[in-house]
Amino acid sequence: MKMTVAQAMVRCLEAEGISVVFGLPGAAICPFYDALSRSSIRHILVRQEQNAAHAASGYARITNKPAVCIATSGPGALNLITGIATAYMDSIPLIVITGQVVRELLGRDVFQEADITGSCEPFVKHSYLVKDAASIPRIMKEAFHIASTGRKGPVLIDIPFDVQKETIPFSYPEQVQIRSYKPNTIGHPGQIKRVITALSKAKRPLICAGGGVFSADAQNSLVVFSNKTNIPIVTTMMGLSAVSPNDPHNLGMIGMHGCAGANRAMNSADIIMLIGARVGDRAIMSPMGLAQNTSIIHIDIDPAEIGKNIETDIPLVGDAKNILEELCEKSEKLHFESWYEPLRTKTHSSYPPYAGYIRPQYVIETLCAHCAPDAILCADVGQNQIWAARGFNIPNGRFLTSGGMGTMGYSIPAAYGAKLAAPDRQVIVVCGDGSFQMQMMELATLCANNIPVKIIIMNNGRLGMVRELQDNQYGGNKTAVFLDGNPNFVALAQSYGIPSVCVQTDTDVASAIDTMLSADGPYLLECTVSPSEPTL
Amino acid sequence: MKYTISILVENHAGVLSRISGLFSRRGFNIDSLAVGVTDDPQISRITIVVNGSEYMVEQVEKQLNKLIDVIRLRRLKQNETVSRELMLVKVSCTVQTRSQIIDIVRVMDAKVCDISKTTLTAELCAETDQLKLFCDLLEPYHILEVVRTGTVALAKGDDVVTA
Ligand SMILES: Cc1ncc(C[n+]2csc(CCOP(=O)(O)OP(=O)(O)O)c2C)c(N)n1
Ligand SMILES: [Mg+2]
Repeated sequence: MKMTVAQAMVRCLEAEGISVVFGLPGAAICPFYDALSRSSIRHILVRQEQNAAHAASGYARITNKPAVCIATSGPGALNLITGIATAYMDSIPLIVITGQVVRELLGRDVFQEADITGSCEPFVKHSYLVKDAASIPRIMKEAFHIASTGRKGPVLIDIPFDVQKETIPFSYPEQVQIRSYKPNTIGHPGQIKRVITALSKAKRPLICAGGGVFSADAQNSLVVFSNKTNIPIVTTMMGLSAVSPNDPHNLGMIGMHGCAGANRAMNSADIIMLIGARVGDRAIMSPMGLAQNTSIIHIDIDPAEIGKNIETDIPLVGDAKNILEELCEKSEKLHFESWYEPLRTKTHSSYPPYAGYIRPQYVIETLCAHCAPDAILCADVGQNQIWAARGFNIPNGRFLTSGGMGTMGYSIPAAYGAKLAAPDRQVIVVCGDGSFQMQMMELATLCANNIPVKIIIMNNGRLGMVRELQDNQYGGNKTAVFLDGNPNFVALAQSYGIPSVCVQTDTDVASAIDTMLSADGPYLLECTVSPSEPTL
Repeated sequence: MKYTISILVENHAGVLSRISGLFSRRGFNIDSLAVGVTDDPQISRITIVVNGSEYMVEQVEKQLNKLIDVIRLRRLKQNETVSRELMLVKVSCTVQTRSQIIDIVRVMDAKVCDISKTTLTAELCAETDQLKLFCDLLEPYHILEVVRTGTVALAKGDDVVTA
């Protein structure tokens, strides 16, 4: 069948089961938007393109399938970059579609021309600058395949204006043929045997689960394996919520801002199974020391992660779910004594209430106790993120954050992306007053589409995490961390028609959270936090 | 340590920039890089010589392998490889020095490819350390310009890197 490339692209999206996309148009992508508007795909108009990428990322984190974001050429595409890089660092599958100037003018610095494939080179799994109209069905097919297999990640398709308007015969390929791309998913049987042998000699084995557990949909297999063998689990921040906080094997989150019990477990284990964890510097601060005292089994879909940040005794490349199932089958005789007591450290709000301020730890504790048991908690970056991560206690919940890049302004767009992917789950944002202002234009997106995301702002009047760094490491020379021009957040929300209150004492927190959670649409709860509230 | 890596890649636009970008981004030092199409017009072969530790070269290989355009990659073993590099050198050359320079060219198995009243340009295709020696010998006559292709290499015998 003959149709324009723009129409063909929409057909490809439909064939891939895409029902929602996020974007903001401009002249260079208009043919595509015209075709999109005539399809059944829902388009969510963002207020700045970075948020289209974050929203797609939130959506993809929940569905575990590629999600789509769209921008025009030049500035539109450039605005996407932070969002693309954020997704790349966390291995999130995105299909990024950008308009481009017409082929003939490429390279001449014409109006709104930016070399987006060049600029994004370090942050994408792969990219295409489409010069041959007839190749678009193949490229779309490949892009979805590449984004969603192996180590997942963003794929960029940059498509010149004139290409979008060309007419091509359309048929969507059934299969992809990329001779150079054949990711390995099945763990090598010899290596699996070595893992079992090593485990059978261990006394204090430990699993360290990272974000890769989600990418592989391996949450269940992980719990089954841990239950069967009685091996306890710690998680990285990206792995947080892969195992229920109620699971007796879950020892909590490791790392710079992790809980003491989990970090102690890492240092006491005699063998550590890293599963889909890339040993980022915030999670494991001295990998050299760790590897010297402990045997390391590293399970990852990406061979390049093995040996990159930590020396490995047994590398095992493949899909975490496959491998865990395989290990489960081969580990009949493995059952360990409970070596780590107490297996779970209970988190307490460690600071007494003060007058005039609420304790953020208490807000998170109350939120987790009052929200739905499968709620999605989406944290921004800064102190608010650490309070949320450390206090995360939603039995079947999900924790979303920008782990690898630590991008402020991530939480609200990611949250509404997640909400659209899981309309039946509660989605709650925890952000700071600083990070909120990097994304507050997205309140309009929530309103326009009536997406009932609940937002909690931890307002400490500061770029709190940096303030603390300056207090601790720069002799208290606090500079450029005072958020003096802060708006009245409640009034701001109300100007969008979003109901909002501000709480200033712990005693008001529980009822405010209940009101927020029972509201029909979006809601904003501002919490007044002491400017000197510490992170830990 | 120097390592030679032979890479078969898809022969289309943007591949070289992806590869060289990866090197600079990850702080890998390239000694030389040579590219050309193979007998299959859809495939180019890149020969890279890197200087670094075993850890580094392993990282180079793994990161290169992740690029979708990289079809096949092989680290060539030093003693089981034929490697060549082509160099053109232009030296100052007067009536007095001409025969001395030509002697050096002969001894080194190089060739004179251009000659003028004041200059002589020689080509040498050899292993990389020979190129260095050639330059050293010509140095006293004043070298005006040098251009080198970078090392190209193949494994010896029936060891073949194919797509
Ligand atoms: C886009 C971006 N810019 C700067 C930073 C550096 N940074 C990390 S935390 C932080 C402070 C965040 O302030 P706020 O959102 O108010 O959170 P708080 O730490 O006060 O809870 C900053 C500036 C960042 N992570 N991301
Ligand atoms: Mg703040």
